[in-house]
Amino acid sequence: MKLWRFNGGLPSLAEHKNESVNLPIEMAAVPSQLVYPLRQHIGNAATPLVKVGEQVLRGQKIADAQGLISAPIHAASSGTVTSIAEHLIPHPSGFSAPSISITTDGLDKEVAYTPRADFRQLSVSELVNIVREAGIVGLGGAAFPTAIKLDNQSKSRRIQTLILNGAECEPYISCDDRLLKERADLVIEGVEILLHMLGAERAILAIEDNVPATFKSIQAAIVKKNNPVISAAQIPTIYPTGGEKQLIQTLTGKEVPSGGIPADIGIVSINVGTVHAVQQAVIEGKPLTSRIITVTGEGVTTPRNLEVRIGTPISTLIEACNGYTQLAKRLIMGGPMMGFALLNDEIPVVKATNCILVASKHEALTEKQAMPCIRCGLCASACPVSLLPQQLYWFSKSEQLEKAEKINLFDCIECGCCDVVCPSHIPLVQHFRYAKSALKVKNHEKHLSDVARERFEAREARLARDKAERAEKSRKKKAALKNKPAKEEIDAAIGRAKAKKLNQSDHES
Amino acid sequence: MSFFALILLFAGLGIVLGYAAIRFKVEGDPIVDQIDKLLPQTQCGQCSFPGCRPYAQAIANGEADINQCPPGGEAGIAALSDLLGVEAKPLNAENGEEKPKLVAVIDEETCIGCKLCIQACPVDAILGAPKQMHTVIAAECTGCELCIPPCPVECITMEPLAKTLTLWSWDKPDSTKQKVAQ
Repeated sequence: MKLWRFNGGLPSLAEHKNESVNLPIEMAAVPSQLVYPLRQHIGNAATPLVKVGEQVLRGQKIADAQGLISAPIHAASSGTVTSIAEHLIPHPSGFSAPSISITTDGLDKEVAYTPRADFRQLSVSELVNIVREAGIVGLGGAAFPTAIKLDNQSKSRRIQTLILNGAECEPYISCDDRLLKERADLVIEGVEILLHMLGAERAILAIEDNVPATFKSIQAAIVKKNNPVISAAQIPTIYPTGGEKQLIQTLTGKEVPSGGIPADIGIVSINVGTVHAVQQAVIEGKPLTSRIITVTGEGVTTPRNLEVRIGTPISTLIEACNGYTQLAKRLIMGGPMMGFALLNDEIPVVKATNCILVASKHEALTEKQAMPCIRCGLCASACPVSLLPQQLYWFSKSEQLEKAEKINLFDCIECGCCDVVCPSHIPLVQHFRYAKSALKVKNHEKHLSDVARERFEAREARLARDKAERAEKSRKKKAALKNKPAKEEIDAAIGRAKAKKLNQSDHES
Repeated sequence: MSFFALILLFAGLGIVLGYAAIRFKVEGDPIVDQIDKLLPQTQCGQCSFPGCRPYAQAIANGEADINQCPPGGEAGIAALSDLLGVEAKPLNAENGEEKPKLVAVIDEETCIGCKLCIQACPVDAILGAPKQMHTVIAAECTGCELCIPPCPVECITMEPLAKTLTLWSWDKPDSTKQKVAQ
């Protein structure tokens, strides 16, 4: 199979896969408490369906999608809802957000699932609905509701290629690799479901060439299914080849247009963990309540690949790995390149959590004293999106954010390649993250001020109208006063009033 | 002869220009719109004009300086000086000082339903009826504080905005920071 090459990247990034890649998937115990942030996907937060004190079962929907871009949330074990309140969420801000907490009863009772033996009997819209109701989102880390990607009927574009992303390029993480090794058959069945839904001509499952054993197990599963449109591809291990756009470029030579999505060029790309979740939802009828997570790093005693109930507090996972070591310095969700630090281990794992890295001091990318940019250009040759990081840095640092936006700041995938190669140790990605979020806040404020202007102008118009109406009224009154009623009319009116009064006092006495 | 030709020519040009003036007439005053766009639309009147647009009009007429808008702050002054090509200057202290955006909150227990704050609000962000409790639509409140003086029972307070993810932003890396030797 012909492969292409994206710009830059880091071919020799230390992978650190050996710590966890040979460890089989183990079932993590059900924790005593489960916590579900209502927004753990891109889009609107889900709305709670349960009340405090209510009993729930595993697989029961506890929060429903709100609007099209949203996803429902299901309880991962049976128990009682103890609170619906603010709880720390896994987010770089360290903020709290509305979450549902469940105290488990240890019985782990499940709702009755409806398995479906033959997915080909179902229409595409029925399948899309199953995926939506199962609360499936992109498990690679983006957490975009999968049903939207798969709902292709109403759209005019045609999908030719389905890409299954098994390229786990970020160091330390091995959850997708273990999944492909141990449950290859289920994943390939999931691929068949997706092909049926999208009507794509071919499906390519991409794996990095540093895990040949996984490639073999996948090929065996494909041969077993005997489906000629599904193929597996071994791609060179170059960070960040598992980035959606980089993977598409590697496999097809096509580039996703700036600001566009893969579907614009006839491609849908889905993480293999998500494919597994789709298979479970369609064939077994099970909603998404658990996922595989790599717990690793020098800060944890026994690294493990665990199948974890979503909502499990991180502290429980650390216990399952025999606790912290002396070296534990920093708790990171995701990998060392693109992950973010967490405030504490009370925070629950969410649908998008693929790795908990308990980093030692030298594992966390430590802040070094940044020296001035010497314009060497190494960052530009390392950038997998072909941006100009030094120019972006210049504009971000000097607050010329609009200029940074013009040279495609928002195409930056924050992979961190430029950080690694920079000889001056400038925290480039940190600058770009700042610039992106500052621009978003600015745009939001602009929107608010537009709304305020509109309301102010509407109010001014209303006041002017009221004033004009009042002026008109008083003018009419004055005009009426000018043509004074005749004296007889006034006398008659006084007479009528007097008669009425007399009448009334008669009645009273 | 050439005299008449010139008269004809000028008459022709006059007609063309006259038509163009009608055909390509620009509604409103574009410079006022541009200035208004840069103002924060708080409508607080701290600039001594009754709202952002009147202030924009005054700047355009040369009746007001560009440093009279406290909610716009230094960034607003810089943007105005960029647009108008005049020197930026510090905020005029007489107009007030720059401070983080706040939102008005009515203590609903104390509110007597007098409607005075509703009349004062420049963006109709207060909801209520006579002798009924009033409340602020937080999403529409610009934090102008104009509702505070009219309230006879002093039940309105200004509070900091709730921290939300839409308004959260990564910290800017501090490039001046010296790393302590370890």
